[in-house]
Amino acid sequence: MTVLKVDNIVVDFATRRGNARVLDHVNLEVNEGEILGIVGESGCGKSMTALSIMGLVPSPPGNLTSGSIYLEGRDLVGLSKDEMREIRGNEIGMIFQEPMSSLNPVFTVGEQIAESVRLHENASQRAAWERAVEMLRAVGIPEAEVRAKSYPHQLSGGMRQRVMIAIALACNPRVLIADEPTTALDTTVQAQIFDLLEELQKSRGTAIVLITHDMGAVAQLADRVAVMYAGRIVETGTVEQVLTMPRHPYTEGLIACVPHLQPDPPEKREPLLEIPGVVPSLTELGDGCAFAPRCNRALATCTGRQPVLKTEGNGHATACWAVEAELENV
Amino acid sequence: MLLWTVIRRLIYSVILVVAVLVLNFLLIHLAPGDPADVIAGEMGGATEEVLASIRKAYGLDQPLYVQLWVYLKAAAGGDLGQSFFYNAPVIDLILDRVGATLLLVFTALGFAIVVGTTLGVIASRKPTGIVSNLVTVISVIGYSAPIFWTGIMLIIVFASLIPLFPISNMYDVTKSVGPFGYALDVAHHLVLPAFTLGIVYLAQYSRLTRASMLEVLGSDYIRTARAKGVSERKVYGRHALRNAVLPIITIAGLQFGGIVSGAVLVETVFNWPGLGTLAFDSILARDYPTILGILFFSAVIVIVANLITDLLYRVADPRIRMAK
Ligand SMILES: Nc1ncnc2c1ncn2[C@@H]1O[C@H](COP(=O)(O)OP(=O)(O)OP(=O)(O)O)[C@@H](O)[C@H]1O
Ligand SMILES: [Mg+2]
Repeated sequence: MTVLKVDNIVVDFATRRGNARVLDHVNLEVNEGEILGIVGESGCGKSMTALSIMGLVPSPPGNLTSGSIYLEGRDLVGLSKDEMREIRGNEIGMIFQEPMSSLNPVFTVGEQIAESVRLHENASQRAAWERAVEMLRAVGIPEAEVRAKSYPHQLSGGMRQRVMIAIALACNPRVLIADEPTTALDTTVQAQIFDLLEELQKSRGTAIVLITHDMGAVAQLADRVAVMYAGRIVETGTVEQVLTMPRHPYTEGLIACVPHLQPDPPEKREPLLEIPGVVPSLTELGDGCAFAPRCNRALATCTGRQPVLKTEGNGHATACWAVEAELENV
Repeated sequence: MLLWTVIRRLIYSVILVVAVLVLNFLLIHLAPGDPADVIAGEMGGATEEVLASIRKAYGLDQPLYVQLWVYLKAAAGGDLGQSFFYNAPVIDLILDRVGATLLLVFTALGFAIVVGTTLGVIASRKPTGIVSNLVTVISVIGYSAPIFWTGIMLIIVFASLIPLFPISNMYDVTKSVGPFGYALDVAHHLVLPAFTLGIVYLAQYSRLTRASMLEVLGSDYIRTARAKGVSERKVYGRHALRNAVLPIITIAGLQFGGIVSGAVLVETVFNWPGLGTLAFDSILARDYPTILGILFFSAVIVIVANLITDLLYRVADPRIRMAK
């Protein structure tokens, strides 16, 4: 069953250099108990997608111009501020990239978890505190009773991210959005956080939207994946489909950048690959495919018209003229 | 840990107080003029013989370090000497007046902090809105208008144009009936002096709060609060203000000395019977023991205020509280 459905949302930002279309008709679907990965280079709109779902797009200058976001069939776009506040932290939880600065330095971590509980549930101060301790235990923090009375600066980055997860999950949300939850952490801690997310997802059945640069994490955790480029989804499908049979040249490039994910890893260690060129400025997108200037398979059509997502029938969809032509010729 | 900090700070404070005493004592004795002259002037005669006997009586014929030692010893016992001018123990004169000064200073400070931060918070909600511009205007006026000018303008306005508030003294014997009536009358008299003294700091605190709030509002933990579903009112009032207020505590503590010296001016303008008017009169009368006593006392007030600020800051910011 679909828990969260992002339906054709468009987000525009008014900038000094004109209108920037930060999200251009983005579609996503997250099913119950599923982990959906969103990958893409920096600036492609991953965080903005998350903020749109939360109703937290900074406005002005940002604006959700069109589209709908359905949480269990209910359209969140157009809800009043109060209604949206009821949903944030309660039905959709979110954790961020910066665990070091995402907790309020003047409150104990227990207070910060308990606040969330008291906001959304009719809980007494004591019950909320007990829930906070219980949540700290659930996210694997030792001596939870003691740690609940700690201030953020007394905890390591990994511990703080666990606290953030505890806050986000305290009210048992239907969906958890994790926006690059491990980018700021070192590698061993990254693995621990991913393991924790996986475990929590299994035990609680929370659907997770996992935004990440880390293709390895997607391979390990996600069920399905969406690849974003310049505010659009360029390829989506199951992890298996996308990682082993990437269609879009951009996805191929992303995977080639991660040596151990390549279908047949080279014998010799080669220098790390990267996709040549840079992400185009969002205020200067032309009519064609935004990736065309960097694409090694670009056709004449690519610079003239924007490709749309075409499904192959098994749910694997790609927005690319070259792929479309190739599939038609088979 | 907190206790240790307090003890350590108290020891520093005592050392500081002694240093202030010594320095003031030496400075006063560097100043031109012979105290014996002043005392003699009060009595009417000034033959060399009389002066010599006065010097002997007051210990002024002793070497300076002996005088200092005598003074310090007496001060340690709470005796700040005898006023030449009022012919009363200095400590009694000061204790008589210090309440009025503290009342004025704390009212002004409270007014400045409460109204200043409130304006600053409102201004931060709409950085380009009306309140925000108002804050800018108030702070420009507050920064640039000297205290005595504001005071005199208020006196002119309230003395004749709108006689709403009394412009002089602390109470009116004819109106102060019973303890409640007295309190009310004092409060009535307090309005103009406290406003005059407070407006300068109100200007600074409102601007500081606005800037501090804008900075805090952009931080990641505010985004977290919003993602938890915290209402905007609480995002401002609880999550942001608790952090934004930290620099204001620091600044208020640092400026406390300035406020006390500002009070001297305000007291003189409004004839407020505090340490300021006492200092003013003693300086005119060259009443050295009283001047010394007041300098000493105001130093103690400032030191105590800084100690309190420090402790407050520790309470408000757990990062400092936990630090060794
Ligand atoms: N206030 C703003 N004004 C104009 N453009 C903005 C603003 N905030 C974000 N953008 C633009 O929105 C686009 C998407 O940003 P977003 O933060 O969603 O990227 P991201 O995919 O999360 O990148 P990263 O991997 O670095 O987190 C970026 O190109 C950015 O320039
Ligand atoms: Mg991001």
